[in-house]
Amino acid sequence: MRVDGLFLSIIGVFFGIVGIVYWYTSYEDAGFVMLVGSAGLGLLPGLYYLWWSKRMKPLEGDIEDATMADGAGVIDSFPASSIWPFLLGMAALFTTMTFIFGLWMAPIAIALGVSAIIGGVVESRRGGTI
Amino acid sequence: MTTTIEPTDLTQPEEPHGPDSHGADHGHDADHGHHAERSGILNWLTSTDHKVIGKSYMITSLVLFFIAGGMALGIRTQLMNPTSSFVNFQTYNELFTMHGSLMLYLFAGPFAFGGLANYIVPLQVGAPDMAYPRLNALSYWLYLGGSLMMTLSFLVAGGAASFGWVAYAPLSSAINSPGAGTDMWLMALGLTGFSAIFTGVNLVATIFYLRAPGLTMFRVPIFSWNMLVTGILILIAFPVLFGAVILLFCDRHFGTHIYTVAGGGVPVLWQHLFWFFGHPEVYILALPYFGMVTDIIPVFSRKPLFGYRGMVFATLTIAALSTGVWAHHMFTTGVVLLPFFSLLSYLIAVPTGIKFFNWIGTMWGGQLSFQTPMLFSMGFLFAFLMGGVTGVLLASPPVDFMTHDTYFVVAHFHQVLIGTTVYAGFAGFYFWYPKMFGRMLDERLGKIHFWLLTIGFWVTFMPQYLVGLKGMPRRIADYLPANGWTSLNVLSTIGAFIIGLSFLFFFANLIIAWRKPVAAGDNPWDAGALEWFASSPPVHHNFTHLPPIRSERPVWDYNHPEHIKIDHHKPAPSQAPTEKETVGAN
Amino acid sequence: MSESVNAFTHGSTPTPNGGPQRRRGARLAAGAAITAPLILGGCDFFPSYGASRGVTTQGQDTFKLYSGMMTTGIIIGVLVGLLIVWTMVRYRRRSDEMPRQFHESIPIEILYTAIPVLIVAVLFVFTVIVENRVVATQPVTATQTASGGPIERITVTAFQWGWRFDYPSEDVSVAGEVTNGPGGKGPQLVMPVDTTVQIKLISNDVIHGFYVREFNFSRYAMPGIVNYFDLNPTETGTFDGQCTQICGLYHSLMLFTVKVLPRDQFAQWTSSQHAAGHTISVANGTGTGSSNRQPPNARITPSQPAPAGAN
Repeated sequence: MRVDGLFLSIIGVFFGIVGIVYWYTSYEDAGFVMLVGSAGLGLLPGLYYLWWSKRMKPLEGDIEDATMADGAGVIDSFPASSIWPFLLGMAALFTTMTFIFGLWMAPIAIALGVSAIIGGVVESRRGGTI
Repeated sequence: MTTTIEPTDLTQPEEPHGPDSHGADHGHDADHGHHAERSGILNWLTSTDHKVIGKSYMITSLVLFFIAGGMALGIRTQLMNPTSSFVNFQTYNELFTMHGSLMLYLFAGPFAFGGLANYIVPLQVGAPDMAYPRLNALSYWLYLGGSLMMTLSFLVAGGAASFGWVAYAPLSSAINSPGAGTDMWLMALGLTGFSAIFTGVNLVATIFYLRAPGLTMFRVPIFSWNMLVTGILILIAFPVLFGAVILLFCDRHFGTHIYTVAGGGVPVLWQHLFWFFGHPEVYILALPYFGMVTDIIPVFSRKPLFGYRGMVFATLTIAALSTGVWAHHMFTTGVVLLPFFSLLSYLIAVPTGIKFFNWIGTMWGGQLSFQTPMLFSMGFLFAFLMGGVTGVLLASPPVDFMTHDTYFVVAHFHQVLIGTTVYAGFAGFYFWYPKMFGRMLDERLGKIHFWLLTIGFWVTFMPQYLVGLKGMPRRIADYLPANGWTSLNVLSTIGAFIIGLSFLFFFANLIIAWRKPVAAGDNPWDAGALEWFASSPPVHHNFTHLPPIRSERPVWDYNHPEHIKIDHHKPAPSQAPTEKETVGAN
Repeated sequence: MSESVNAFTHGSTPTPNGGPQRRRGARLAAGAAITAPLILGGCDFFPSYGASRGVTTQGQDTFKLYSGMMTTGIIIGVLVGLLIVWTMVRYRRRSDEMPRQFHESIPIEILYTAIPVLIVAVLFVFTVIVENRVVATQPVTATQTASGGPIERITVTAFQWGWRFDYPSEDVSVAGEVTNGPGGKGPQLVMPVDTTVQIKLISNDVIHGFYVREFNFSRYAMPGIVNYFDLNPTETGTFDGQCTQICGLYHSLMLFTVKVLPRDQFAQWTSSQHAAGHTISVANGTGTGSSNRQPPNARITPSQPAPAGAN
């Protein structure tokens, strides 16, 4: 956790420095905005992880001499299968096609999207069961 | 149905796996009954297993690779003689646009981070699946939808997009590129862009949080390290592309003037946004393949990786620098800061050099065996050496002015990209194929594939450097006999067809492996990373038990306990990793 | 055509005192300025490696940089390549004996980090020196160079799919589309030798690339942005040029030629062109150089589609 946080924070600091240097050498706004955005992308999760790494016990994956028994317990629930990602993907496909080929595709996209979102949420609330 | 993973399952006693279990046919029927009751197509549509999704990604991207390769042969046929009319100008422009788009957006990246990484990374970090399995499935369906949309754009009125894979504004505006083909191209980028973002999220989360006990960050194999960095680069780069694409779509259809001069917009803004995505994209394409080679070379040298920490440092440095060099694609616009981008571009040569010498250092003093994956890795080293040296030249703005948009640049990036995606990509494919399918690929056919590819590769691209220096611009459908470019182009076309021929041996290899399977066993190469501890192919949710992890090669330590003490800069293991230890952890 | 200079053009438009970019670059290069003439002087020393040696002073400087970098690159590439080959041969598997399992060697790793940094630093210094020479432009208001040399100003307008060359001080305008002009190679850009030719490069529609191989130089012609660059031709002759940036259907046919004439012949040429009525006002009136005109079809074989709807 600490390594991850440091790693992301260093990325953020690096982009911050490059962004400042870039601004004062070019006064070009598009690149500056993107570099500052990237700095935020590194610093936000990085500092969050660092903050937490001081307040929680280390993950088993971060302990050099952890044994498999240290990782005992439930890792997580992993759904073995789910149809909703497929429907959501097709909903996205039909949404983009609506923009290209016209509004007549919108009902298909909406139907697919709504059913996929409802199905997916319900599935998650039941703990990953269809 | 759901499966709850409890790591206490992971340490069931079993025979130690190792080189002596070669040929043993583990795991073919070890399906654990989780999802056997569904029929094939429904199983595929609903699967959230990273192995199924990874294989789907690989097959889809390879199909697109061969389609795009066919387009390349069409391009080379057109260019073989001056004033050729093999295809007309419009078709030619569509061909090179779609060749570039399919190769870069739909093959090179997704094959690595959606295909091989999706399959291998959870295995390498000892995880039962990706962190977000359903997001992973969604990522594949978005990718498939985007791929279909881009490929099928040939069929709509007006044809496919025809402005090059970079789609410079204002050529991509509604006036200059009307037609649904362009819109489909843009929307396909949106869909596949999101698929890449989701995979990036998944990779980062998996590598950060699903590592097996004891697998600290500095024990993660370099392939997974590189995929972590790739994931972060994806999160930096692809949202920018998505934004740029949406703005362009608004320009085309909703009357905005972001990239049009007439309405007060700025065409060069597209280039800034695009290359802020585009240059990290180059490393999103390259880093996974560096990782594959970095994992392969130690195995066939029978040595640990030389300079593990240096390798991690080099990867991070490349990634960081890669986002600060976007405007070296824009030197000839005359509106960017030359020394800043030149310096950062030059500096990328340093970590890349470190990687090179680390690869050589890994081979140094080893026992090198040149099986197919190693041969392809060696092909990568030479191709990338050539592409890297010419790349340093292009970091210099004056030399870039001289060669920009000529075939010199075309030759350079094809050597880099084929060096990575094809040489290293197929090295990875040959390397992990036994793990993924439980069968060996034929060595003899693999070697023929390699040598034909190598001959074709150098015959194709070395003349392109020369013809570029003789002044041939890229993306032209036609030239005059008086230009003196003909003989070099003929040579290049012959080489391209040799490359095409080499892949017939690849197909033959796949068919033979399909028809007459040779069981691979769990660890046919005597490799050291964690994926070789799983059965081939791995069972649902990957592992039934895990070895103790005390270095970046836990399986090597397990199979070769005599070497364990040499693992220096980590704390010495409290006990030798014997079977007793494994059972004791239960 | 728009001449508005917007936020993205920092450093591209020459200012009377040489521009901020030049000053900054000059500071960077100050330390190495003494060694530059030693390296950049002397022509036969540099192998050509397939490139043109350049017919402008800028092109010659670029060529020398290219040649020097290529030599460096070849030396490094060959050394590393030989090292790989040697390693592959020397350490090929001969027995099943397990090799020594070493992980790293910090001194060697530092060595091969430091050496590339040094090489790159040296290359960067030379790059900055040459870059400053190549992108240096005379102030747009100057009537002659600092050393008293003549300046010829030419406005190059790129459009789909052709070129227009305006000589404001002589009131001459030459234009041509895809395949007309001498030898079917498009319009001809005529310029005087031993003169500072300042090109003002603009585009009427999409992005085009102005590229002449023998100048070792290319620059985008971009809508909404005015690019200036100087060329100092040192040799007379005719050279092929071409659009390098994909600009639509007839990108491949967007050719032009450059003819460098002695100064007296150039003056004769401009006066004869002016007398023949090829003036800027006439060109503006006929609309030559406007975008989206249908190009002639000379080199397009019958199997090619008619250009109607081509844009």
